[in-house]
Amino acid sequence: MNGFLASRAGIIVSGAAIGVLAALLQLLGNPANMGICVACFSRDTAGAIGLHRFAPCQYIRPELVGFVLGSLFAAWAAREFRARAGSAPVVRFLLGVFAAIGALVFLGCPWRALLRFAGGDMNSAVGLAGLAIGVWIAVGFFKKGFSLGRSHQTPTIAGLLMPAVMLLLLGLLVFRASFGPDGALFFSEKGPGAAHARIRYSLAAGLVVGVLAQRTRFCTMGAIRDVILIRDWHLLSGVVALALAALIVNVCSGNFRLGMANMPIAHSNTLWSFLGMVLSGLCFCLAGGCPGRQFFLAGEGDGDAAIFCGGLIVGAAIAHNWLLTAAPDAIAADGAVLLGGPGVYGKIAVLAGIAFCLLLGFTARPRAGQSAQSLGKSKASGPDLCLDP
Amino acid sequence: MEEVEVDARGLSCPEPVILAKKAIDDPATRIVRVTVNTGAGRDNVSRMARSQGCAVDIRPLGAGDFLLTIRKDS
Repeated sequence: MNGFLASRAGIIVSGAAIGVLAALLQLLGNPANMGICVACFSRDTAGAIGLHRFAPCQYIRPELVGFVLGSLFAAWAAREFRARAGSAPVVRFLLGVFAAIGALVFLGCPWRALLRFAGGDMNSAVGLAGLAIGVWIAVGFFKKGFSLGRSHQTPTIAGLLMPAVMLLLLGLLVFRASFGPDGALFFSEKGPGAAHARIRYSLAAGLVVGVLAQRTRFCTMGAIRDVILIRDWHLLSGVVALALAALIVNVCSGNFRLGMANMPIAHSNTLWSFLGMVLSGLCFCLAGGCPGRQFFLAGEGDGDAAIFCGGLIVGAAIAHNWLLTAAPDAIAADGAVLLGGPGVYGKIAVLAGIAFCLLLGFTARPRAGQSAQSLGKSKASGPDLCLDP
Repeated sequence: MEEVEVDARGLSCPEPVILAKKAIDDPATRIVRVTVNTGAGRDNVSRMARSQGCAVDIRPLGAGDFLLTIRKDS
């Protein structure tokens, strides 16, 4: 099974399975064209625990819990669980914050971009183009020596804390915890936060995705990065399988509507769909994984990924509290389409985020690297090899 | 140099692949020894090396580390 999942056929089958599950989650109650959206689910979870008070987006998403716990189980079974951390955590946190902001200006993470495409929302093509450009810029930085440095082994318990936190959130959700009349948890009564499959379905789907994604190293950003960097189509084959499988389920279930304007929970503001995903693409690539991959890595014990996930959740909260998010398209009384998109603060935030990523890309380099000479051999290593204690 | 060692432990994607590929691309290099400490790193580097026409030998070193010995053909 291990060998199969590492193969090309394995990632294609896994991608297809994930695509089917995502489309099914939409049929089971998740929002339209949002069977899985790591950015939106981070936003909903942030709202449920009160980090923002935007009432339509408040619900702890069990899918995220499943991603982490499924990945933990798969990693443990394959002896790949390794508690590790320490690679520029503050940077990774801020990359998570800006990734969430960029995604909430586009109104989706790369996973949702694929599902919006599979639902007929062609604004997703603009978003995916922006994602590719962001990744391309980041790849350029990597080629010039960009690095956030090495992580190091940490005590096992450190790697188990993110799964523990997700279990806590699941428990709060299952028991509909209420800390008081005006306290958390908050549950949306209308809007995307009110649209969700039953907890058991969401959790089960998340667990299966977590297992498959951990074993196959599934990464929607890496799929684009690897084609640009080394002409490797392995990850992309899985991503294409996801989109096609979701498309087929959508068409068969009548959930496919081709269009650009007034698509579900989306806007047709081309420029800011593009720029929002340029920012997200930069952030995901510089941080080493798409938002789904960061949750899967967190399940494997990667504390740097867990920090990025924290940044996603806080960034989503900031995006709502500071009015950075985009509004979806709307229909006026006379039937005209009112173009959605970000307000002025959202635009500033996206541009500031891109500037931050460019600054990081140009300046984050390992400490003065040295090649160690030893008899007959030379060493070419990553950062800090000779400066490690 | 004929043989190059790359220590890619603790590095995020895609750094292990970039460092390994840089070593492989050097025409003077015949053998590249890459150390990684994640399964993903092992899979990604070996897939890249094989796609470059190299032979890859993978040896677990214990504590989750892997040594990939990459030999260039011709």
